[in-house]
Amino acid sequence: MSFNLETFLFYSLAVLAVFSAIMMITRRSPINSALFLILNFFTTSGIYLLLRAQFIAIIQVLVYMGAIMVLFLFVIMLLNLGDEKSLKEVLGYKKITALLLSLLLMSLLGFTVFAGFYGKFDKISENAINIGTAEALGKELTTTYSLPFELASFLLIAGIIGAVVLAKKRFE
Amino acid sequence: MIESYIPIMLILFISVGFAVVNVNMSWILGPTRPNREKLSTYESGMEPVGTAREKFSVKYYMVSVLFILFDIEVVFLYPWAVSFMNFEPAKMVYSFISVIIFVVILFIGYFYVIKKGALKWD
Repeated sequence: MSFNLETFLFYSLAVLAVFSAIMMITRRSPINSALFLILNFFTTSGIYLLLRAQFIAIIQVLVYMGAIMVLFLFVIMLLNLGDEKSLKEVLGYKKITALLLSLLLMSLLGFTVFAGFYGKFDKISENAINIGTAEALGKELTTTYSLPFELASFLLIAGIIGAVVLAKKRFE
Repeated sequence: MIESYIPIMLILFISVGFAVVNVNMSWILGPTRPNREKLSTYESGMEPVGTAREKFSVKYYMVSVLFILFDIEVVFLYPWAVSFMNFEPAKMVYSFISVIIFVVILFIGYFYVIKKGALKWD
């Protein structure tokens, strides 16, 4: 692996991403956790840019760092969370489900990393620079991948209805 | 390709560096003579009451979560709007119909929100 600007940027972003993720889950105060999550989103956006996915990188900044973080801060204020010591740790079915899901994720990530070592995904596709632009994305999304595109709207409507139903209980 | 982002990185480094240097310089160079009155929270000249971490109404959350969901809708439309004029005619009609279906489905959600009065603020 040659040492160029891109490799340097990737390694510094990756180190920063792992660092901010660890800081995020170990902070006592939920506000500090949220701020480290913002840093983590930022580094992820940089990594997207290195993968030639310009559109996703910008959307990561706009939607995740902007909108989703506002939501997280609202949730923190809504629940009036103090420091974490008040939350009890119990090994219930939630913890076990989370463990299984994270094992699944770890195996997927492990496969990707090791496949990279054996040369399967060793370099970025030549077309990547053309695919990552907003233009190419719009073209493929509304024609070739129109079914997933429509299904995304169902996912959004499920989110809308879920939010209204959950909050309505509190209104009344 | 990454070389074309060097100006952006430069702006980023300068702006972050400027902020960090200024905040820390004023902290280092400024005189610090604290007393109880100076360290108390500034609340428009009034005596501070309670904590800053008050419970908020769920309505704020409602507005922000609905904003995000429709924001994501716009995110989906943006790449389509950029590329639409460069389609060949057959694809143009197809993609137009698929976007219309997408928007109609979300409009149903919008009317649901209005009907339920989730955005009402009384």
